[in-house]
Amino acid sequence: MTTLTDDTLPTTPRAMRDEMIVFAVMALLLASVPFTGVYPFFVMQALCFALLACAFNLLVGYGGLLSFGHAMFLGTAGYCSAHALKVWALPPELGILVGVAAAFVLSIVTGYISIRRQGIYFSMITLALSQLLYFIYLQAPFTHGEDGIQGIPQGRMFGVFDLSKPTVLYYVVLAGFLGGFLLIFRIINSPFGEVLKSIRENEQRAISLGYRTDQYKFLAFILSGTLAGFAGSLKVFVAQNASLTDVHWTMSGEVVLMTLVGGLGTIFGPVVGAFAIIAMQQYLAGFGQWVTVIQGSIFVVCVLTFRRGVIGEIAHYFRRSL
Amino acid sequence: MQALYAQLLVGLINGSFYALLSLGLAVIFGMLNIINFAHGALYMMGAFVAYFLLNLGGINYWWALLLAPIIVGIFGMILERTMLQWLTGLDHLYGLLLTFGIALIVQGVFQNYFGSSGLPYAIPDQLRGGMNLGFMFLPIYRGWVVVFSLIVCLATWFLIEKTRLGAYLRAATENPTLVRAFGINVPRMITLTYGLGVGLAALAGVLSAPINQVRPLMGADLIIVVFAVVVIGGMGSIMGSIITGFALGVIEGLTKYFYPEASNTVVFVLMVLVLLVKPTGLTGRAA
Repeated sequence: MTTLTDDTLPTTPRAMRDEMIVFAVMALLLASVPFTGVYPFFVMQALCFALLACAFNLLVGYGGLLSFGHAMFLGTAGYCSAHALKVWALPPELGILVGVAAAFVLSIVTGYISIRRQGIYFSMITLALSQLLYFIYLQAPFTHGEDGIQGIPQGRMFGVFDLSKPTVLYYVVLAGFLGGFLLIFRIINSPFGEVLKSIRENEQRAISLGYRTDQYKFLAFILSGTLAGFAGSLKVFVAQNASLTDVHWTMSGEVVLMTLVGGLGTIFGPVVGAFAIIAMQQYLAGFGQWVTVIQGSIFVVCVLTFRRGVIGEIAHYFRRSL
Repeated sequence: MQALYAQLLVGLINGSFYALLSLGLAVIFGMLNIINFAHGALYMMGAFVAYFLLNLGGINYWWALLLAPIIVGIFGMILERTMLQWLTGLDHLYGLLLTFGIALIVQGVFQNYFGSSGLPYAIPDQLRGGMNLGFMFLPIYRGWVVVFSLIVCLATWFLIEKTRLGAYLRAATENPTLVRAFGINVPRMITLTYGLGVGLAALAGVLSAPINQVRPLMGADLIIVVFAVVVIGGMGSIMGSIITGFALGVIEGLTKYFYPEASNTVVFVLMVLVLLVKPTGLTGRAA
């Protein structure tokens, strides 16, 4: 059985150096966005989804666990941050902390339940759990049901950065994204990440070598869910609302699509995929439900002919790990 | 008490759909090793085909009950021949992703032409009205759905567990290479199996058309509940799928009566409880 990712790539120190160069180029490009006239709201939105997709990819690309419910972390952190900012009037940094803490707790609970099954069952369980949360948020008073939490104050980060100024907000979101990205990069290249990859390749062998694979998978789930929550908290400042769309299964599907397009198990793939899908939604916004049809078609085409994704194909061509 | 019986009946009807859909999922998973995410979309197509047959072709409910599963089944077999068969040997998760994409396409196309609102489908004349059973009033159509679904489920069980064709099917599930060596056309059997599973979904769609309106997204949320049903029951046994489906429908109906706030979530909560107590599912072997 072939696995989800391309395993022929080298992971030598030289490959690490390539990745650091690409990261530096990406950071510079993103940092120069406010000077280019590109609509910053679009880039901020894409950055939040890129972080979400990277967190999702940590679980599927390196742990081999395909979660079909990652929207639950995005939405839960979003709702909790929004509530903390609006109702409790907390400053932005504490608002983010509340959201991330909520996602952390949620990922412990859902991870404990879902990693009991593998493969296809794991996907179905995460999907069902996120649907359970969707119905809870639909009925819970603090989420305001169909209306969502709107008009969230942006405030001053650490009392200094005025987030209502688009440029300041942009750099705060960018810093959050780069921080999260580097953390994921570090996790992947740590001994923990190596064990995770070995579990993806051959869980039985990892067990026989003495690794408690369930604990590794559980920890990967918690890290992935918490980072996805961080993306959700950042998104609150960009969109200034938190709504049911963020918890719906269509959102979970979009995250899967972004990662698939960019390349499962590649470091930069989810970022490329997120920008591509968000840009597509932006340009095709006037076409109504045809966007859904196009997204479905991309799924079909990617699975049938393009399983490595954009970055995966490039990495394979140059025989580098990206 | 009237209300309790009414909710029990609603539960049995939902249970019929859960049973028909999870049965199809289990049969497909057995042969193709694919979790058919498009199952909800194909269920919706069944209802729409019945609607088109009636409104464009003047073909009544009884013919639709036969024709819609065949038409949607053929559509499914085309999907299997053109796309799903290329996934043989790949990770199971690709099957989930591919069929999820197909579901998005089918639902998106229908949404473009029919929006999100429901289209009415009349109950056939022969099944109109109701019966007074003494303790409750039973609308005949609803009783018919439960009885007919049960018969179809049992017939499918009989086909797979008790006939020669079913024996080939079970053998091919266990070891396709060996069955091929005996001269049986396994790829064709796989295609037909997918058609059968899809046909069952379409049949459920036709049955539900007069009860729930015909809507493009009627299968989208249903399929997630059916996934939870499958996780609870496991996909190892045909009879297990049928019993779990009906039982969960009844539990959901009871919840609607005793604690309506939880009726949307009760199946998911039960799934969590089952996973905590018996991670392999009630009838399941380890995945």
